[in-house]
Amino acid sequence: METVSPVPIRHPAIRDPWPVRAVLLIVAIVFAVLFLFIPLLAVFYEAFQKGIPAYLAALGKPASQSAIQLTLLVAAIAVPANLIFGVAASWAIAKFNFPGKTVLISLIDLPFAVSPVTSGLVFVLLFGARGWFGPLLSAWNIKIIFAVPGIVLATIFVTFPFVARELIPLLNSQGSDEEQAALSLGANGWQTFWRITLPKARWGILYGVILCNARAMGEFGAVSVVSGHIRGLTNTIPLHVEVLYNDYDYVGAFAVASLLTLLALFTLLIKALLTWRRAELEQS
Amino acid sequence: MTNSVPFSLWWRRQILPGFGLSLGFTLVYLSLIVLIPLAALFIKASGIGFDGFVRTILSPRVLAAFQLSFSVSFYAALVNIFLGTILAWVLVRYRFPGRRFLDAIVDFPFALPTAVAGIALTAIYSPNGWVGGPVHALTGWKLTFTPLGIFLALIFIGFPFVVRTVQPVLADLNIEFEEAAASLGASRLQTILRIVIPELIPAALTGFTLAFARALGEYGSVVFISGNMPMKTEIVPLLIMMELDQFHYTEATVIAAVMLVVSLILLFLINGLQRWGKLKGEFV
Repeated sequence: METVSPVPIRHPAIRDPWPVRAVLLIVAIVFAVLFLFIPLLAVFYEAFQKGIPAYLAALGKPASQSAIQLTLLVAAIAVPANLIFGVAASWAIAKFNFPGKTVLISLIDLPFAVSPVTSGLVFVLLFGARGWFGPLLSAWNIKIIFAVPGIVLATIFVTFPFVARELIPLLNSQGSDEEQAALSLGANGWQTFWRITLPKARWGILYGVILCNARAMGEFGAVSVVSGHIRGLTNTIPLHVEVLYNDYDYVGAFAVASLLTLLALFTLLIKALLTWRRAELEQS
Repeated sequence: MTNSVPFSLWWRRQILPGFGLSLGFTLVYLSLIVLIPLAALFIKASGIGFDGFVRTILSPRVLAAFQLSFSVSFYAALVNIFLGTILAWVLVRYRFPGRRFLDAIVDFPFALPTAVAGIALTAIYSPNGWVGGPVHALTGWKLTFTPLGIFLALIFIGFPFVVRTVQPVLADLNIEFEEAAASLGASRLQTILRIVIPELIPAALTGFTLAFARALGEYGSVVFISGNMPMKTEIVPLLIMMELDQFHYTEATVIAAVMLVVSLILLFLINGLQRWGKLKGEFV
């Protein structure tokens, strides 16, 4: 997924004839307008349809505020958990050779192949009232499904591969010569990790964390299965969007949705900056 | 590669520290978050027995959902091959104002939470929306609450997969082959058909399969636009959700298990296609 500069086409013989170029460009631009720009504009148009005060009022409602707080809380647990996992997995996979490595890499990608609804369902089967651990949990009076822990678990599941996926190829390409040099000069393992490996991988880590965070805050299907939709208690921002929309409160739904849209745009901006930076580093 | 070295030997040959800790943590975390929950799904599904399994899967409502999900996902992914390849071609080969911006915003469907995509697409494609309005006035077609609406949503979430798999291959394509073909008297069309397209096939098929797999499991961006009428516009992930809402855990589990098997087959296929693409790339 990198930004690539156009291939310089010098000779007219390998240049597309101008009608072809015009048609393809028009197809691309019309498609981008219909499927990218209009949906983006629609979110903000609907959110501000009744003016800025209505927009701010919708965001200020207690239910919206508690949805925002819950989403921040869930991301604050899920993202660091998957960050630690991503760093550990990429250290093991990129710095060492061991049997079954390719299988392990495929297994890490597994959550991306699972439907969000199924991702939520598996935790209902484990921790729901009639699940494997259901009787045990109710005996101890612990609630996981239809409560915050279930939302956190489902979010960790769907955002599981993001950091590891970014870091494995990065650490792999960086090799371990510098780490070996540090060790031979007397650094211990943790010093080597904190002072050599981590600084070298910081942009990859940042990128992985931002992608992971965007999905953690925006996940809908998996969280919808485990949350139980209790207003003010177990509604995250995306779930609150659905509740408001189904109540025909369109300004409210799109106002809350606009927060997630801004997050998406911010994520794209960081991604673009990082890829342009990487391209510049490669050129110099 | 030390894969052929006996286990006891390569364990001692590691230079860097932390192998046991990082791999151990990776395996435990992977098992707890991903493997055990997914295994629970299969164990629970197998508990229903063959007769119950067949009865669930062959019920008319389930069959209708499967037929709808597979056919609409297939057509959307098919259209995405063409749209995605055209976008990749335009981004790599042509220079035009806003090219870098278009390149960055192609990932918008990846970054936008699905619930937000769902309500935004429904707003613009409804009979009084910005796009749905003119379409309804001109043709009488209704885009929302029909399979056509599901198709549009699946195009939205699927096309970036094709762009992002085809784009790097196109950028790495050696322009000299096209120059050679042109200098030997091939027309531009012949060059495209015989030189360029064959090189893009593995990447385009990978993008198609990724888009198809994502479309099959997609929930958030479809539920708002589809109208969710059983037998007509009810996709499989939504049916799983409906069964769960009525506490039909066995039915939901069986349907989810079938979908998970399909996803695993597709994942396997994607890995194969990527390996084929790499092999092909090595000869260019």
